[in-house]
Amino acid sequence: MLDTPIGDVRAADPMAPRIARVRRRRREGPDVWTLEIEPENTEAAVFVPGQFNMLTMFGVGEAPISMSGDPAEVGRLVHTIRAVGPVSTALARLGPGEPVGLRGPFGAGWPMHEAAGRDVVVVAGGLGLAPLRPALYRLLAERKRYGQIVLLYGARGPDEILFRRELEAWRRRLDIDIEVTVDHAVGDWHGHVGVVTNLIARAVFDPLHAIALVCGPEVMMRFAITALRDAGLAEDAIYLSMERNMKCAIGLCGHCQFGPVFVCRDGPVFRLDRLRALLMLKEI
Amino acid sequence: MDTAQPIALTREGLEALLDALRRRGYRVVGPTVRDRAIVYDDIASIADLPRGWTDEQEGGRYRLAHRDDDALFGYAVGPHSWKKFLHPPVLNLWRARRDGTNVHVVPEPDPEERFAFIGVRSCELHAIAIQDRVFLGGPHIDPHYRARREGAFIVAVNCGTAGGTCFCVSMNTGPKATAGFDLALTEIAGEAEHLFLLEAGTEVGRAVLAELPHRAATQDEISAAGSVIAHTAASMGRKMRSDDVHALLLRNLQHPRWDEVAERCLSCGNCTMVCPTCFCTSVEESSDLTGAETSRSRRWDSCFTMDFSYIHGGSVRSSARSRYRQWMTHKLATWYDQFGSSGCVGCGRCITWCPVGIDITEEVRAIRDSEPH
Amino acid sequence: MEGLERIVKEHPFFTGLEERFCKLICGCAKNVRFEAGQYLFHEGEPADQFYLLRQGRVALQLMAPGRGAVTFQTLGPGEIVGVSWLVPPYRWAYDAKALDLNRAIAFDATCLRQKCEADHDLGYDLMKRFMSVLIQRLQATRLQILNVYGAHA
Repeated sequence: MLDTPIGDVRAADPMAPRIARVRRRRREGPDVWTLEIEPENTEAAVFVPGQFNMLTMFGVGEAPISMSGDPAEVGRLVHTIRAVGPVSTALARLGPGEPVGLRGPFGAGWPMHEAAGRDVVVVAGGLGLAPLRPALYRLLAERKRYGQIVLLYGARGPDEILFRRELEAWRRRLDIDIEVTVDHAVGDWHGHVGVVTNLIARAVFDPLHAIALVCGPEVMMRFAITALRDAGLAEDAIYLSMERNMKCAIGLCGHCQFGPVFVCRDGPVFRLDRLRALLMLKEI
Repeated sequence: MDTAQPIALTREGLEALLDALRRRGYRVVGPTVRDRAIVYDDIASIADLPRGWTDEQEGGRYRLAHRDDDALFGYAVGPHSWKKFLHPPVLNLWRARRDGTNVHVVPEPDPEERFAFIGVRSCELHAIAIQDRVFLGGPHIDPHYRARREGAFIVAVNCGTAGGTCFCVSMNTGPKATAGFDLALTEIAGEAEHLFLLEAGTEVGRAVLAELPHRAATQDEISAAGSVIAHTAASMGRKMRSDDVHALLLRNLQHPRWDEVAERCLSCGNCTMVCPTCFCTSVEESSDLTGAETSRSRRWDSCFTMDFSYIHGGSVRSSARSRYRQWMTHKLATWYDQFGSSGCVGCGRCITWCPVGIDITEEVRAIRDSEPH
Repeated sequence: MEGLERIVKEHPFFTGLEERFCKLICGCAKNVRFEAGQYLFHEGEPADQFYLLRQGRVALQLMAPGRGAVTFQTLGPGEIVGVSWLVPPYRWAYDAKALDLNRAIAFDATCLRQKCEADHDLGYDLMKRFMSVLIQRLQATRLQILNVYGAHA
């Protein structure tokens, strides 16, 4: 078994990446870039909202990156990356035409089925808007399937707001409520200032017939969950996306364990009642 | 020749077994003495086996000692487990060659060899079955484990001596091998003839057995073998009540005992290296100077390391307390949620090889005893 | 006066306010209006009122040399602006600026404090309401301080 074609490689070894090429790169904010990549074998560029890929920068390493694009757009995989370590920084510098290793898609995604017929409250903090954007594309593409749709998004400051063009375009629609807040602002910011959890109490939705999708730093998610519970949402109506150290994304390296669950495989999206007790434990 | 009944082999017969396996192309590995321990390595003949040796094991202590007899399997388990062959400590995964903007990924081939494991204890058979569930039972299988596992020939040994830290009886994993072997033997090494009673567990085992010089075991010999096993079962070095451990540990995640054990634990990770079911790994990327040839390898990792749970500039489990708790609650409790069984087979290695002698049977007992009855 | 009492009773901050308390506090109240860009008060000024916001949004700001006005909180209809009037030295610790046309009910602080001293039941009722707002803002502020969206998280 020496030089085998890429198709065989994927079937034989889930740890071997296939090759994709960068098609577009755009800066979203300080340290944050969006990369659009195209796999060489385009047959497998399908994913569900909430999933992630393992992207390899050959010679540097591999990192889990959320997909942030429209799941209806076949053939292109959009990833939003924050440059924090050697791998993500190298990935964020790739230009059009350059090769990148791709494994995935991995993980359990947002519960689009469960959302049907209900109000959907999307609460995003910082980079957490990235894995939620595919869900928003899907919700808006099938708008009639859902009740009220509310997006509450908190960023550190106006410069850190992601996907401004989409947010503006969505704001112009009349069938989605969008509130954006920043932790603090200088200059001519006239929007909300304050934590995103403050927006929850004033959002308009029916808590008995709603579902919430939450993604952001873990501390922010804990506060958001409290505010959502206070607003009347039950534990089985709240979903969150967790993050842990990952080396394999296939449930075999052991790193992403969170209590009994493997975040890469049982998650990263979890229903709150499954994780409730674990979220309150330190260092688990 | 009826090979369904236990048969008796002499030492010559055992040597013939190793030859038969080698003739069939197996790479024969088994216990041998090296560096003052009994480890698993390639063996060429029964002369390589630890004849007349036994081990003295306690918390943080392992010594070899001479036996009064010439038993070839008169000891318990050493620092190695069969995972060193089935789930190698270091494994090259693939190489990538870059040519301009083209990259070609070439997976590293798995070896063609098939293993014959000589002297697998019952606890180890259970450990292999547990790792089978981990690597072959989930939505993604590990092809490297499968390549090494499929076609492995297993000669089990029913322990004649219980180790100082053994508790397979508590975990229902021994000392008698009941499944998962091609052949299982019980050694009878007393004043009478040195004999090995063998039974076959599979068709392949039966076929190999048929090639060896042997005779049917006598009723006395069968009883003697039974006594050996019974004696081992009665002389376990440790005990652990195992029916309630899942619930016990998961309702005591904040117990002060974790702080207490954290004061002793060095986070050295020995326990994870010697444990036959620990499976965590990490990956490493390599490159030549030009970046044209890169590769990725996989190596054993331990949840005791500081960066095991690293995200966003820090570790989720930065205290020794949280890391010890993670290892023990995974092994004894959440393993059930993930794989349907305990992760512990009662081999005692973690107790023996812990430099400070931390004993999970004692830790479980301390937590259980602290609860009101 | 009646119009004012109705507005005060209906404001979320005063949910469940007893009739007699409402009458008492409305004696200290008046309608006010701020144009967009106008300041309700400045840092360092005496804290002599608090505001029930009815319409429009207010930004709470601090001036930092080199950074200009940094907004750390915005408040809107249904919320209250001003807690520094409750305890000495009764001084504003930040600026409050109307972001758009604001309509509010302003309560005179000296008047209210006198009435609370005279009627402790009224005082306790008001304290409970303000304490709830303060605690909620304190917890939210902690989340802001953690800078969770920062790279180091």
